[in-house]
Amino acid sequence: MTCSSELELSRRGLLAAGAATAAMTQVSVADAQGVSPSKPPPAMHVSFTVNGKRRELTLDTRTTLLDALREHLQLTGSKKGCDHGQCGACTVIVDGTRINSCLTLAVMHEGAKITTIEGLGTPERLHPMQAAFIKHDGYQCGYCTPGQICSAVAVLGEIAAGIPSHVTASLTGKPGVTNDEIRERMSGNICRCGAYSNILEAMTEVAGTRA
Amino acid sequence: MKPFTYERATTPAEAAAAVVRQPGSRFIAGGTNLLDLMKLEIETPAHLIDVNGLKLDTIEPTPDGGLRIGALVSNTNLAADQGVRRDYGVLSRAIVAGASGQLRNKATTAGNLLQRTRCPYFYDTNQACNKRRPGSGCAAIGGYSRQLAIIGTSDACIATYPGDMAVAMRLLDATVETVQPNGAARTIPIADFHKLWGKTPHIETALTNGELITAVTLPRPLGGTHVYHKVRDRASYAYALVSVAAVIQRDGTGRVAIGGIAPKPWRVEAADHAMPQGAKAVASRLLAGAKPTHDNAFKVPLVERTLAAVLAETRAA
Amino acid sequence: MKFDTPAGQNPIDQLKVVGRPTDRIDGKFKTTGTAPYAYERHDVAPHQAYGYIVGSAIAKGRITSMDLSAAKAAPGVVTIVSTLDMPKLPVSKRNIAPLFGGAEIDHYHQAIALVVAETFEQARAAANLVRVQYARTPGRFDFAALAPTAPLEGGSSGEGSGAPPVDRVGNFEGAFAAAPVKLDATYTTPDETHAMMEPFASIAAWQGDKVTVWTSNQMITWAKEDLAKTLSISADNVRIDSPYIGGGFGGKLFLRTDATLAALGAKASGRPVKVAMQRPLMINNSTHRSATIQRIRIGATRDGTITAIAHESTSGNLPHGKPETAVSQTKLLYAGANRLTSMRLAVMDLPEGNAMRAPGEAPGLMALEIAMDEMAEKLGMDPIDFRVKNDTQVDPEKPERKYSQRQLIECMRQGADRFGWSKRNPKPAQVRDGQWLIGMGMAAGFRNNMLTKSGAKVSLDHRGVVTVRTDMTDIGTGTYTIIAQTAAEMMGLPIDRVVVLLGDSDFPASAGSGGQWGANNSTAGVYAACIKLRETVAQKLGFNSGDVEFSGGKVRAGNRSVALGDAAKGGDIHVEDHIEYGDLGKQYQQSTFAGHFVEAAVNAYTGETRIRRMLAVCAAGRILNPKSARSQVIGAMTMGVGAALMEELAVDKRFGFFVNHDLATYEVPVHADIPHQEVIFLDEADAISSPMKAKGVGELGICGVGAAIANAVYNATGVRVRDYPITLDKHLDRLPAIA
Repeated sequence: MTCSSELELSRRGLLAAGAATAAMTQVSVADAQGVSPSKPPPAMHVSFTVNGKRRELTLDTRTTLLDALREHLQLTGSKKGCDHGQCGACTVIVDGTRINSCLTLAVMHEGAKITTIEGLGTPERLHPMQAAFIKHDGYQCGYCTPGQICSAVAVLGEIAAGIPSHVTASLTGKPGVTNDEIRERMSGNICRCGAYSNILEAMTEVAGTRA
Repeated sequence: MKPFTYERATTPAEAAAAVVRQPGSRFIAGGTNLLDLMKLEIETPAHLIDVNGLKLDTIEPTPDGGLRIGALVSNTNLAADQGVRRDYGVLSRAIVAGASGQLRNKATTAGNLLQRTRCPYFYDTNQACNKRRPGSGCAAIGGYSRQLAIIGTSDACIATYPGDMAVAMRLLDATVETVQPNGAARTIPIADFHKLWGKTPHIETALTNGELITAVTLPRPLGGTHVYHKVRDRASYAYALVSVAAVIQRDGTGRVAIGGIAPKPWRVEAADHAMPQGAKAVASRLLAGAKPTHDNAFKVPLVERTLAAVLAETRAA
Repeated sequence: MKFDTPAGQNPIDQLKVVGRPTDRIDGKFKTTGTAPYAYERHDVAPHQAYGYIVGSAIAKGRITSMDLSAAKAAPGVVTIVSTLDMPKLPVSKRNIAPLFGGAEIDHYHQAIALVVAETFEQARAAANLVRVQYARTPGRFDFAALAPTAPLEGGSSGEGSGAPPVDRVGNFEGAFAAAPVKLDATYTTPDETHAMMEPFASIAAWQGDKVTVWTSNQMITWAKEDLAKTLSISADNVRIDSPYIGGGFGGKLFLRTDATLAALGAKASGRPVKVAMQRPLMINNSTHRSATIQRIRIGATRDGTITAIAHESTSGNLPHGKPETAVSQTKLLYAGANRLTSMRLAVMDLPEGNAMRAPGEAPGLMALEIAMDEMAEKLGMDPIDFRVKNDTQVDPEKPERKYSQRQLIECMRQGADRFGWSKRNPKPAQVRDGQWLIGMGMAAGFRNNMLTKSGAKVSLDHRGVVTVRTDMTDIGTGTYTIIAQTAAEMMGLPIDRVVVLLGDSDFPASAGSGGQWGANNSTAGVYAACIKLRETVAQKLGFNSGDVEFSGGKVRAGNRSVALGDAAKGGDIHVEDHIEYGDLGKQYQQSTFAGHFVEAAVNAYTGETRIRRMLAVCAAGRILNPKSARSQVIGAMTMGVGAALMEELAVDKRFGFFVNHDLATYEVPVHADIPHQEVIFLDEADAISSPMKAKGVGELGICGVGAAIANAVYNATGVRVRDYPITLDKHLDRLPAIA
């Protein structure tokens, strides 16, 4: 074993995590000390609308939209599966567009209109997509489910808006609500319980009643 | 994630001024890669300048028949643009082959160009990485390297550039427009935008300190058949093992660029000239001097086979 | 209630509620984001602080020093619990790797500290300021190099599969040597990870000596016992609550780092602490399915009768770990007079190998069912005919033990009809669709049925509402609903008159969720408690309990009919009972069966494989809720697609860790990988299993799928790949020439 990381280990010891300096291409920040580690972290005020309700928060700038929802507003329907944009459980709809709320800062959403799973429907008044997921058993453990449903609602909108996907046959034509289109577009929402086949049926039913 | 201060810029000049004022600044647009890396403290900016308000989100024709794409146009909007779909299909195809719908909704044109490698040793801060910590070594060399580069590598780094969009832009000979903190604008040919790693793998692009991408311009449409063929283990939401972007004319001439195999979108103009001779001739020119590892040696035949598939698809079309 | 004779007619046989496709009763909560998972319990304890886990940067060695000064001085930090603060904590009998304490490092990303702060952001930032010095020692990380000298080792998965170090019937070597048709092939399966969507997560709060942990755990009783042992406190002082679990697949069977550190952090900080393990730590910090190298030899006569069968498997694990029991099903699945199984275990320093969905059978069948396909080809037989020819209705090692029920042949025959198996070209690499090579494959599925004690408390109020309490868990399996169905059937109520409360260690101990034993045993426990409630109700209402009928919310006998709730007019009625088992499990071999069918397409140019169709025909006793049972099976089939085509933990053999330790680099199937999946359940009721006459089904669905895919890929390409996962690089250079 002569890998240089061996030398690295013995020479300097290891940081438990994190590099002391990060290489950056745009900005040289070798020893940037814009923020002193012992001072309280910078906080900022942000206001946005969540599920039709105006919310005002003062947040550590590092707070993701997901953590603002889950920890500060206690809207825990949006899930943290990976916190790195690799699973889709945190999917919410911001200004009509679905995004991963774990990979965006809350303070970047001043004035935004945010819809979470709680805003789509409630146990007493289910959104048609929520009802279809129940009918077709489009979930098992339920953890990816809010993200799947937010994506499902948005995906039908994206198809209707004519946005192409990887499986759209002709770029100059309009995509249809086909099994392949739904599967491809939903692929950013991982379901380890493997409810995909049922989710497809739930979405197909909702799309059908719409058309 | 280290603490940082945050401000919103409304004009490029304001953004540039902020960079100068605040050491350790980074621009943030979509944030899908930067925040991912900040959580792991692979990126540690002290100040973030939110450039989403810069109004660089339009796509407009250029006087010479090309297209100028604002730096902040989202991947979704770029792929869905009617002009792009009609005249630059390979770009639209490349974009929708990448990431997921949610990520494409957030990711921007400029941000996607700056996407950093997905090498697992770069992502694991316990491991040596010359890109993350210059001079610390490269744990990927001699390690698990199935996804990593087979050409354009160095003794310091074998990471790949992971994106799809830029592969199509390289094929199309796009130009990156920037503005520097002193207000000077410049253009960088996409061929020169991404750097080979060499001895300095932490230097990834031609951008200088505080330089801001404002747009990407595409020259006049090439016509021909546009193909982006991405090969991966799972059917979606995965980085390319190999991808082929190609524009092929009726007479069998054309051009090709490859993703997933090098530090940058890989294009060799001499290989373009061999297009009429078929996949083998093209691949041998593209991959001359390739240095694959044990884990990724399969990418060499895979490039040729994917090229063959593209040529067959085009013939059939 | 002791179940020691086969079930006769009982109230469940009415099948008014049980056996009907039923929407999940927890569905409206899960689909609206109102089902509370562990990390989300803002309401259970005030003033919660946030914990962030620091993982070891080395795989083997010891910590020589930790400098916490910068981290402790960071804004918002409440406390830091370091592994150097305490000796190695006691390790429960169910864990192999220690969870915390001491300077020794046994595997990569072993937890070495918990930073507790006022906010998540502060805890995370401070965790990155912990400075650690290590002394690294050499580790054993190269499985292929260690396997040839690995010693024999028997063992049980604890989940229904197991085998001794060597198990012989007859004279395998002699019979194999004499067999006119032989196969001798070696197969490998990789390390795999559960990758459940909800990370390990817990909130812990102390009140005096008592700790409550709101967590995500499949086995409440185990978690309670093992947390007590780890913290060296009495189990009476531990309460575990886990009503919703975001997936487990075996990964959450055991006490893990999150619960342990939440409890330690809460103790140290004097306030509730919540901890969710960061996704990039999960794979190396926790357990995984171990890689295997499996040699299979089959000898047969020319008519396809197996005369000799041997299955030898090697896996690796930490010192004192168990083997992956991949040979288990080969002891039972096919006839053959001369038999040999054996297991070897290499001692390694990678993270802990332990149960993942169908431990033993899942990887074992991935090998065995390719071998059967290869053997059928050598014999010139249809793969189904070959399996039918070697079917057995008794335990082949102990022919006096019959199967309680075994309809494997029917599964395969019905599946063949349904799938259009007759259209399969037995000669590989013959069918094309544009750029794609098309193939069909099948495999048998097999998984044992486990009988485990399980208890429940049932209560009746004056409104006629029945409430069931048990520490049983619903990890997505549909437990809430089948328990409600069971109680509704037993008490003659519609399902909406039943309330089900799960996952609290204050409730009666149950079977828990693992080894596909949850559904049958937990409902049988509810059955037992309901029998007692029926008796109590009848007595209170003055009925002779022998001839009383419970239906439509009424209790009836002769001409007399009384509302069920009337029995509780004087106060709620509470009864408790459990199911326990006699030796029917020993007298009879109890297993579940499937025929898996797959159509696969392989790109002739790139070698990528995509699945086009999937079918499973299952024989698994009574299906309590065909809707959620089907979901269990398609989910397992999906995981089988992952195992066959993409899932592999890549080992860095120098530094001893799984390199692809996140969800971007450890690929599991996405929507686009999965076609429509069809599931057929044979109409069965197994009276020898339990009063429910049900068996498990949640793991059967993954058993055999991988091999069915491998066989379909072979049928498409003519290239036999024996190393999972079947990624394109494994056959690219051998694919048929492109026309």
